[in-house]
Amino acid sequence: MATLTINGKLETFDAPPDMPLLWVLRDVLGMTGTKFGCGIAQCGACTVHIDGKAVRSCVLSVGAVGNREITTIEGIGATPAGARAQKAWLDLEVVQCGYCQSGQIMAAAALLAATPHPDDADIDAAMAGNICRCGTYVRIRAAIKQAANGRQS
Amino acid sequence: MNVLAKTPEVSRRSLLGGGLAGAFLIAFHLPVRASNEPVQPPDSTDGKFAPNAFIRIEESGRTILVMPQVEMGQGVYTAIAMILAEELDADLTQVSLEHAPPNDKLYGNPTFGLQVTGNSNSIRAFWKPLRAAGANARAMLIAAAAQQWQVEPASCTASKSKVIHTESGRSLSYGELALAASSQPPPKDVPLKDPSQFVYVGQPLKRFDTPDKVNGKAVYGIDAMLPGMKFATVVACPVFGGKVGTVDDTAAKKIPGVQKIVVLDDMVAVVGDHMWAAKKGADALRITWDEGANARIGSKEIWQDLRSASEKDGAVAKSVGDIGNGLASGEKFEASFELPFLAHAAMEPINATVHFRGDSCEVWTGTQIMTRVQSEVAKAAGLPVDKVIVNNHLLGGGFGRKLEPDMAVAAVRIAKQVDGPVKVVWTREQDIQHDVYRPVYRDTIAATLSDGKIAAWKYKVAGSAILARWLPPAFQKGIDIDAIDAAVDMPYDIPNFHVEYVHAEPPAVPTGFWRGVGPNNNVFAVECMMDELAHKAGKDPVEFRRAMLGKNPRMRAVLDLVAEKSGWGQPLSPRVGRGVCVQPSFASFIATVVEAEVDERGEVELRKINCVVDTGIAVNPDTVMAQLEGGLIFGLTAALYGEITIDRGRVQQSNFHDYRMLRIDQVPKIEVHVVKSGEPPGGIGETGVNAGPPALRNAIYAATGVALRRLPIDRRLIAAKKA
Repeated sequence: MATLTINGKLETFDAPPDMPLLWVLRDVLGMTGTKFGCGIAQCGACTVHIDGKAVRSCVLSVGAVGNREITTIEGIGATPAGARAQKAWLDLEVVQCGYCQSGQIMAAAALLAATPHPDDADIDAAMAGNICRCGTYVRIRAAIKQAANGRQS
Repeated sequence: MNVLAKTPEVSRRSLLGGGLAGAFLIAFHLPVRASNEPVQPPDSTDGKFAPNAFIRIEESGRTILVMPQVEMGQGVYTAIAMILAEELDADLTQVSLEHAPPNDKLYGNPTFGLQVTGNSNSIRAFWKPLRAAGANARAMLIAAAAQQWQVEPASCTASKSKVIHTESGRSLSYGELALAASSQPPPKDVPLKDPSQFVYVGQPLKRFDTPDKVNGKAVYGIDAMLPGMKFATVVACPVFGGKVGTVDDTAAKKIPGVQKIVVLDDMVAVVGDHMWAAKKGADALRITWDEGANARIGSKEIWQDLRSASEKDGAVAKSVGDIGNGLASGEKFEASFELPFLAHAAMEPINATVHFRGDSCEVWTGTQIMTRVQSEVAKAAGLPVDKVIVNNHLLGGGFGRKLEPDMAVAAVRIAKQVDGPVKVVWTREQDIQHDVYRPVYRDTIAATLSDGKIAAWKYKVAGSAILARWLPPAFQKGIDIDAIDAAVDMPYDIPNFHVEYVHAEPPAVPTGFWRGVGPNNNVFAVECMMDELAHKAGKDPVEFRRAMLGKNPRMRAVLDLVAEKSGWGQPLSPRVGRGVCVQPSFASFIATVVEAEVDERGEVELRKINCVVDTGIAVNPDTVMAQLEGGLIFGLTAALYGEITIDRGRVQQSNFHDYRMLRIDQVPKIEVHVVKSGEPPGGIGETGVNAGPPALRNAIYAATGVALRRLPIDRRLIAAKKA
């Protein structure tokens, strides 16, 4: 058995160490908020935080996580940057199908935590790894700026 | 408000006798009846007031609205709830939404006579029947209150889930009235609200499905989790139509967590304790394939076939005036436009979860075709339809891919050999290589000019007839009414006008609907040709179009407004251009201007997009804007990158590295303006997709003088010539 700290909680599970974190979360622990999109770190749908940094869980072996803290979409609302991102996402009605948005919010929350007032270039750099097939990019950009400025809707 | 994931219990209710029974599609865009007025008798179960298939009011006041169309990002759950709640005068804070179970009679789209979500017609088709459903329920609630108070129903009003008797100041909540309303006779000819009375419709209300989509709680088909569930993934024959030859699963079986290898005739599935075991097992399989005759097919042959087919005469779809004389008078201009195969690549890879129990079968998936999935699963399972339960979910993108049942059928074939439920998930590679592709099209337009206007226009579409496969009764007289949709429905006033269709199926490659559907090819060909003709006529592209829109005031108004908002005509730097696209589509009117820059190497930078839409009554104007923003990006992605190519019967692309998507750093400011209108609502999901490519191509034409006639955009053709 192995353990991971996910959203502040110690989780015990049985999985081989080469298994990507994505499948531990989804198929072993039943935390389905983190999404499978491509399996090769090309789309960002599986983005989670390891010690606050955005990583692609589809290519991160669970054995490589060690005792670092994992945060997923289910827990990101407990962080100030995550809560601000979620609120801005709702205020600006960013979401369409929503499938990529767990990853988008995780990427945005990591950006906001590291760079509280990102400019367009910061947003491009942090978010270009996350594909949205519905094309919500214009609103994602606006929502990140709103979250940064803390404006109320 | 929440979107429930559980299956509504419909079996206990009596099914309606009228409604859509026998409805039969005779024309893709023409409903067989104006509306499916809910005529079923009221039906009270468990203290619920259930006046029709869409509305359930509990004694607690909780109001459940059953969604006849599926939510795949287009915001339809919110729009449908708004329409129902509008005429019901329901308090939206008391509303919960449920996915409809499969039932064509209760939940069929009036246009198709089938429970289909597509072709941008959810709101168009359900606008009247849902309003009637809401109004009838409201009338019954009012009647129940009036009876209790011994007053005239006409002296009562309703608001926010309450009936009010203004004179006496009495009021009763819908929950309090639920039981009594159930025994009211169904009313007839209940008047609908005048649009000036609308409380919800026309407001940019927040979507009901969003809160759960920002915190990981939303449940898509791929998120189905069942006790004892196993996980599977598939390796299908890479050649279309090919079969499994031999399978050596020795190595695969040694992978920890692999439970079983299921060998079907055209694919092999690995079943395991989780997707990782299944995926590793699949990678470890050694399979030889009987590739069959399709292994000789490649893109080169497909295009040769299509080009030669497009030289033939086609079936005449429309002919006005005298095309022979029209084309013989004056200089004739001719151009052919070519569009590639495209994959859907929804972010949620295709999947289905199935529990085959021998005498019954249950499916969990996200589909645009509930009843067709049920009937196809029944066939594959060898069971009667009523032994198949289908649980629909939110869709992680549809785009037409989920108008096909193949993923559910394959999952059933696998599940028949598995004890307990099994979730089958395609890898991205398998998803892209086993899609049902947007067809290749070759469209040829010949035209003559007279006095700066088009005198004659002969347009021939050559391509796949998706309807011939998907809805055979709709394919008549050799004409696919989807493929020529926006070829016959032209906005321009042209005296001699002729449209033909050549049915040319590509060998080997299965084709299907792709967001934007048939107008994908028509709007591109028409709007590119319009720019080329404007150039020949020495006219500005907006002025050229405008002069031929005299009979189409809604179209002309949005063109004028987009010209103003985009700064049309204002000077631009070298190698920067603006391109316009005008299209009446799905009963909406859209004009778009894309501004783009082409660098020395032929790379294209999108600089700005303006779009003006008249969609009639915009039920939720914010959703209309979002659909256009996203649709434009979907279409521009295809224009800039989209192409599936075939070699030796196989798709050559496999994942997002070689089937590219636009990303946030490439997307400019997009301004969508929604025109106020009192006309009935039009469709909106497809339209932006079709607007993007021709507007961008025309911007490139303006920037470089190069008239591209093929997508995706070939950078080599628009790179600056070396000095």
